[in-house]
Amino acid sequence: MIAAHLPAIQIVAPLLAAALCVLVPWKRVSWGIAMAGAVTAFAASVGLLSRVLGGEDIRYALGGWAAPWGIEYRVDAVNGLVLLIVAGIGVVVTLFALTSVEREVDERRIPLFYGAWMLCLCGLLGIAITGDAFNIFVFLEISSLGTYALIAMGSDRRALVSAFRYLIMGSIGASFIVIGIGLLYVETGTLNLADLAERLPALTGERTVLVAFAFLTVGTSLKLALFPLHVWLPDAYAFAPSAVTGLIAATSTKVAVYVLLRFFFTVFGVTYSFGELSLGMWLLPLALVAIFTMSLVAIFQRNIKRMLAYSSVAQIGYIILGISFASVTGLTAATLHLFNHALMKGALFLALGCVMYRVGSVHIDALRGLGRRMPWTMAAFTAGGLSLIGVPLTVGFVSKWYLVLGALEQGMWPVAALVLVTSTLAVVYIWRVVEAVYFGEPSARAGSVSEAPLRLLVPTWALIVANLYFGIDASLTTNVAGQAARALLGGAP
Amino acid sequence: MEFLGLFNYWVVIFLMMVGFYALISRGNLVKKVVGLNLFQTSVIIFYVSTGKIVGGTAPILIEDDHGAAEGAAEVLYSNPLPHVLMLTAIVVGVATMAMALALVVRIKETYGTIEDDEIQEQVLADELHEGARP
Repeated sequence: MIAAHLPAIQIVAPLLAAALCVLVPWKRVSWGIAMAGAVTAFAASVGLLSRVLGGEDIRYALGGWAAPWGIEYRVDAVNGLVLLIVAGIGVVVTLFALTSVEREVDERRIPLFYGAWMLCLCGLLGIAITGDAFNIFVFLEISSLGTYALIAMGSDRRALVSAFRYLIMGSIGASFIVIGIGLLYVETGTLNLADLAERLPALTGERTVLVAFAFLTVGTSLKLALFPLHVWLPDAYAFAPSAVTGLIAATSTKVAVYVLLRFFFTVFGVTYSFGELSLGMWLLPLALVAIFTMSLVAIFQRNIKRMLAYSSVAQIGYIILGISFASVTGLTAATLHLFNHALMKGALFLALGCVMYRVGSVHIDALRGLGRRMPWTMAAFTAGGLSLIGVPLTVGFVSKWYLVLGALEQGMWPVAALVLVTSTLAVVYIWRVVEAVYFGEPSARAGSVSEAPLRLLVPTWALIVANLYFGIDASLTTNVAGQAARALLGGAP
Repeated sequence: MEFLGLFNYWVVIFLMMVGFYALISRGNLVKKVVGLNLFQTSVIIFYVSTGKIVGGTAPILIEDDHGAAEGAAEVLYSNPLPHVLMLTAIVVGVATMAMALALVVRIKETYGTIEDDEIQEQVLADELHEGARP
């Protein structure tokens, strides 16, 4: 009975929690409700993914209204994995938020904070699960509005400005997506993604379809911060409360990548997007420029949160690079990196959250000499950094391995070489921090701090352990990613 | 006559560009928000226009005593779906607008101005200050 309604529970649990969080005046109770919502969503996502891996294609008519008229939720290997990432990170970061948010957010706003928090989570899960094009837009806006509010709650006053700029850019992106969806509806008369996929191949010659494709690509690229459209991201990540950065860095761009995958491969089909329009030719240079320039820019950042934010834009470049190959190996690499990058960036930002809790700053000078003061936090940061670089035995290695394989398979050995070279740029910016932390002289402020409390360390280390576990035994993730890649290239969701 | 036939769509494009221009060129945050709203409104007009069918009436089904729709075969209905979708989009637009204005209010409280370049100056000052702090 409950199992049949898992797709609905996935969304309803965080949505209900969001409403309840705002209603209660006590911050701890509010957090408890949020945690309950996140855990329920996580349980639902595990249930859904295990059923999908059992070979089932889950279709759920919301409210009993059958598709094409009603909104249909569809789960296959691709979004099953995305749901698991989002809900899993959601649980870990909510656990982290309890202590971190009390330090960084105004006391009276904490119930409202958790309300926005759960709305954001609900929106992200909704984008991933829905099989209806317009519903994607609605959930996109739910999550975005939640995110703007969350970023604005940062303690630095620059958080307000970055939230406002993100709002402007994000709303333009969302409007582009609606225009694209509207043009598709005009052309095909349906909003259901599976129906769209069926009807579009006959219409590929139409200019309207081409324009819809362009609007959707640009709109989604804005949301996922593809290279020239990334300007909102670094400041938004840098000034948001630590827990919020952890949540959105690990999930929101990943969900936008998923939307891109869905439209490119399932809806328009690989023959149209990569055959007829040769999208790979456009994505490949953008991805390479993103990886190269953003890694370089990251090296010169003195605010470590912003450094990692620039590194996120570069990492999104790796994901897009995998997509641009449009092959099974390339897509496996992209999907793997989607999962792996969520783990490593989540872990790194949570480690910085621990620093923020004790030191009150994440400027590189504030981090000097912290290696002896906060050994566990800094060990976590270093481990996450190694994963970001792509050292063997971490998840970063697994996804880069597949990426290089994908490039070689296409005969693009210069690209493969570039992937390896740019990894050394990651070595440089991570090393700067490691050097300051372990070999720098402690500043007056850093000299007196102690290790972060266990309530912050446990979630951080949970993600680090996941980084190592999935780096050593990658069979589960590569399996799911491979299945997802084949599902995407196979056409039907 | 095709130009006139596509009148609605010209309005959509015009509004969209006006909004987009305001969004990019204006330094005043409130004007930016208004530009954004114009931009979103043009999308709403676009959707509503697509639903209209020439000669179509409001999509209300009137049944006679026998339960069969009256003259169901002859009546041409406009497509109600885009209109319904736009109800959702309007709600989203209002929420975005409220969120943006709330942010502008708080920016005004913290920075004392809503001009983009003046805020930027203060942001840069913050950056320098952060670098100088031990």
